[in-house]
Amino acid sequence: MQSELSARAKSLPALLPKWLRDDRKIAILVLAPSIIAVAVFIYIFMGWTLYISVSNWDRPTLDLSFAGLKNWQRLVNDPRFHIDLRNLVLFAVGYMSQCIVIGFLLAALLNERIRGEVFFRTVFLMPFAVSAVVSGTAWRWLQVPSAGINLLIANMGFENFRPLWYMHPKLGMLAITIMGAWQFSGFVMALYLAGLRAIPDELREAAVIDGAGTIALYRHVFIPMLRPVTFTAIVLTGAGSIGNFEIPSIIGTGPGFATDTLGFYMFEQTFRSSRYGLGAAVATFMLVLSIPLVLPYLISVLREERE
Amino acid sequence: MSWHRLLAGSTKYAVLIAFAAFYLVPFYVMILTGLKPLEDISSFEIWNMPKSLDFGSFREAWNQMDTNFWNSVRITIPGAIVSTFLGSLNGYVFAKWGFRGSNWILFLFVFGMFLPGQGILIPLVWVLQFMGLYGKVNGLIMAYCIFGIPITSLLFYRYYASVPDELVDASKIDGCGFFGIYRRIILPLSGPTFAVVGVWQCTRIWNEYLMALVVLGNPARAPVTVAIKNFSSMGVIPWNLQMAAALIASVPTIAVYLLLGKLFMRGLLEGSLSG
Repeated sequence: MQSELSARAKSLPALLPKWLRDDRKIAILVLAPSIIAVAVFIYIFMGWTLYISVSNWDRPTLDLSFAGLKNWQRLVNDPRFHIDLRNLVLFAVGYMSQCIVIGFLLAALLNERIRGEVFFRTVFLMPFAVSAVVSGTAWRWLQVPSAGINLLIANMGFENFRPLWYMHPKLGMLAITIMGAWQFSGFVMALYLAGLRAIPDELREAAVIDGAGTIALYRHVFIPMLRPVTFTAIVLTGAGSIGNFEIPSIIGTGPGFATDTLGFYMFEQTFRSSRYGLGAAVATFMLVLSIPLVLPYLISVLREERE
Repeated sequence: MSWHRLLAGSTKYAVLIAFAAFYLVPFYVMILTGLKPLEDISSFEIWNMPKSLDFGSFREAWNQMDTNFWNSVRITIPGAIVSTFLGSLNGYVFAKWGFRGSNWILFLFVFGMFLPGQGILIPLVWVLQFMGLYGKVNGLIMAYCIFGIPITSLLFYRYYASVPDELVDASKIDGCGFFGIYRRIILPLSGPTFAVVGVWQCTRIWNEYLMALVVLGNPARAPVTVAIKNFSSMGVIPWNLQMAAALIASVPTIAVYLLLGKLFMRGLLEGSLSG
């Protein structure tokens, strides 16, 4: 059976032209379509987006004549862009801190030989299995200011505490962070839990023998050792903050664009108002924001894998 | 057991249970609201149990979105199969047939994966229009296949890198070539990784929204994620239909997650580069 297989495998190269009999060339040829597809659909497209941002294309018909920085000037002077930048900061701060703090806390608790660990783990990660669109839909209903969660709060006796949630004209973005963290904090929990489980028991035991209590153990042993996980979590949640699009698309941009994001602004300018140049400028801006976040991370991961 | 250990123990469980409630409440409210008929829907009764079991909202939502549901199936399955298979071949090349610069290519693949999708949307629409695939299911499938290449290649690369080179070298001595080794050595070892990557791609494609909205905005051709959006932009918001639709759209991915949670978890850890 085996010799038959290898005979068949041998016969295949014999059928190919001579220049293709070299396995290394075959390998490159197999990879070539993917390289071309990624090069075109990711890198050339990004360059193209950059070019569109300096073109005159601001109506449905294609116009790729050079416009200089016109779209960029328009972008920088657009009050909605300023609000979106403020929103990005609000969202990133709220979303990243919730994901990382909750994710770490839950992982640390689950690591304590908890009964029903599988149940808790499954529940914590379940929102990650559904679309962000589903999250936005369900939470919009829960955050209706006149009812929803506020009814529960009132029933607990805090009748005067009635947050406006995503309808808040200034802080609506913070309500949106809850919807994001609902989906992603479980993911961060899974990252930390895997990280905690990878720490050898001897290390923990040695620290305990040295007299370290739980808090000291975390402060001096676990948290420093989990730094790579924290790095991963920061990059993933940071990239998620920049690309945020689904929730404002479902919930709307709120009063005075309080829940608008760069991603949604780009979408509306481009595909609703046909201001392609302006949309491309927003998209380019988003790319430029992402690069310093992602690049150091990938380089450090790569360096580690080489070792 | 001293009293403060008892206290610490019960605090742990109290925190865990509180968070479990936080993660479950949206699902609970979706089910509760989906089981009520429209005339019983009022935001003031959001927490009340339905007066009787009424599946009318689910039926109605299903009738309005069944086309979209099947569209999603038609998009997800080929998209996941093609991108998984491509990832396997690419990962094999990267791991076992590395050439000068192949590490850089893999790096560029992964780098592109972390960048926001908005950066490529306008040219994507332009090219799909040019190819006659804009607004067509096949156009979206093609996009998912291409944008899936980085993650699938990475996942397979990381697995194949752990396959000992001696195995490959031994079959080279046996006279096997590139495809012979793939078929005899690599593929038989890849079953679990195919499952992990397949599950991951299915979930990602099923839940994707931005590209679907841009490429397939047409309500009749759109996948489920866009259908949910269309429910929510109706004049008067029919909460019961929206919740029912959101639940129906989530059933396949939740089922996959509950049944194949381990595979899902592995995809998550490997894909975030921390597995």
